Amino acid sequence: MSDMRIHADATRAAPLVRFGRYLADNPVIPLIAFLLLLIVVLEVMRPGIVLPVRVGRAEVISSFWVGNLIKFAIPLAMLAACQVLTMLTAGIDLSAGVVATCAAYVCATLTPVLANGTGMDASTAMVASVAIALLVGALVGLLNGFGVGVVRVHPLIMTLGTGLIATGCLQVYQRFVISTGTMIPPFLEWLGTGRTFGMPNGLFLFVPFALFVLGLMRFTGFGRLLFALGSNAQAAKLSGVRSWQVLMTLYTLSGMIAALTGLLYLGMIRTPSLSLANPLMLPSVAAAVIGGTSIFGGRGSFAGAIVGALILRVIDTMLTLLQMPEGARIALFGLIILLVTALYVRITGTR
Amino acid sequence: MMRVAQNNAWVLGLLLLLLALLGVTKLIQPGFGATGLESLARAALPFAFATAGMAIVVIAGGIDLSIASIMAVCGVTAAVLMQSMGAVPAVVLTLCLGAVMGAINGGLIVLTRVPDIVVTLAMLFVWEGVALLILSSPGGVVAPGLRALITGSLVPYVPNALLVIAVTISLVWLPVRRARLGLSIYAIGSDDLAAFRSGVNVGLTKVIAYGLAGVLAAMGGLSLIMLTGIGEPVPGPYLLASVAAVVLGGVVLGGGRGGLLGPIIAVFVLRIIRTILTLAAVDPNVTTIVEGVIMVAVVMLGAVVTYRGVRT
Repeated sequence: MSDMRIHADATRAAPLVRFGRYLADNPVIPLIAFLLLLIVVLEVMRPGIVLPVRVGRAEVISSFWVGNLIKFAIPLAMLAACQVLTMLTAGIDLSAGVVATCAAYVCATLTPVLANGTGMDASTAMVASVAIALLVGALVGLLNGFGVGVVRVHPLIMTLGTGLIATGCLQVYQRFVISTGTMIPPFLEWLGTGRTFGMPNGLFLFVPFALFVLGLMRFTGFGRLLFALGSNAQAAKLSGVRSWQVLMTLYTLSGMIAALTGLLYLGMIRTPSLSLANPLMLPSVAAAVIGGTSIFGGRGSFAGAIVGALILRVIDTMLTLLQMPEGARIALFGLIILLVTALYVRITGTR
Repeated sequence: MMRVAQNNAWVLGLLLLLLALLGVTKLIQPGFGATGLESLARAALPFAFATAGMAIVVIAGGIDLSIASIMAVCGVTAAVLMQSMGAVPAVVLTLCLGAVMGAINGGLIVLTRVPDIVVTLAMLFVWEGVALLILSSPGGVVAPGLRALITGSLVPYVPNALLVIAVTISLVWLPVRRARLGLSIYAIGSDDLAAFRSGVNVGLTKVIAYGLAGVLAAMGGLSLIMLTGIGEPVPGPYLLASVAAVVLGGVVLGGGRGGLLGPIIAVFVLRIIRTILTLAAVDPNVTTIVEGVIMVAVVMLGAVVTYRGVRT
């Protein structure tokens, strides 16, 4: 709204203000700086955890530590992608955690069912169950998209509601498959727990995924439509955007991303449960918000969300190292999220 | 008379729905009477307070995701305090604590200028952690007098629990609603810029609205420990339920419209649906699905109705 004016007098503004605007245009830079600062603090707290050379081991940077950090940040960053994409249109996807859990559970339980019950060979059964798990995500997403795009329910309510419905369905479903046992497709396990050159194999999934999301947001018409709808829904509609089609596609995509995250997380944790990925839900919103995505729509970056996820994981490690009681850890986690967002808002002057 | 009915069409509809559902309950279980009503009201108590608190914040144009965590903090605080002091000072202290926590939420939103939803999301973790610090596992005691307060019915067919809700809401909300402050709360919810230019202190009003929600959440926490007799540091499922009931009760997300009566009736509607499904021997897991479907369906219906209303 006031962007024009801001850019017009940017040349005359005070250096600090100009710096703030520069950062507002490139939100990833201060975030990476903050991440590095946190890592330095971590190294000071526990010498040798990041730079083992300091305590006399051969490596300069601990590939184990970096690998672990990345490994646990990947699912968070992927789930944050759901939030970034939906927040671009001033929405939010609070069903993402439940969808991820559902997908993981469905995949783990359907694999043995399909393999034993229908006489499929094991690999077909795995592919089929993965496909069905993704379909579950798409289905919930489609329902979200219908509610938000066609019926115009507030996204917060709609996704909370579908999350509730999905949880109920999962509990009912669980009673039918309780006796079948679970099996985790080996390639998910390989993705989730394996390492190549010290780096987690999850990167094989995540790097193409991140490129896809970044490309989608930056270079495609669909991405521009998301920004347009979030900046000014009325103007976008008057320019001929069929918002319901965009929103349906968006939420379906978001559901599928969440399901994919669930599958990866299943391979990582290796024990399917009815609340597997639910604890990732609120941190994924936090990662997106720390990454500079505005929940009022029209502004956001997935790159920022990835750094946000890394920041959250480093903070997690720090709080664990401090060996505080669990309550203090959770409380500090919340305070740090608040602090980072508040600082971000202050420095860049945006919300 | 007609005007009143038109203005409160949504609340009236909910009330009729509630009565119809009570009728259905009576049909399914002919024995459903005063005791059934009493246990229903008692079980609905924490939900009703959480919803009332959430409703005030939503009317003021915000949302408080930390409400269940505030309830947990207040619950454990009261349970710990009652180990060493009488019920009355413990309750008073807890209510003050609730007000302070709510005001902190509001103050942080005003100070940091971070959106409500993000601040209260962060505070959800903070309060949850505080509750765990106060009491790391369920414990504490609850004064027996307090537990007796919400059981039974002084007036036939009017459960005490219902009276507790009615009295609290009329003590907390009615004076506010009648005063200038109530108008300010509605004003900042409708359009904070317009409210600011009409001379409303937007920041202060917001802090007070969150403080009121904190008091009601504290009541929710207290009623929770009165129900269970023990302080529980892990927040219950009150966040989702209260948002659902607030929306079902005709309060518009985004603020400025609705009241407290609708959401509280909505709480009872949602609880009685649960009772009916239990009586009909439906699997409790299916109950969750049905609740979710009802919530989504009602909100969709409401959205369609308002959308049509705007267009024509």
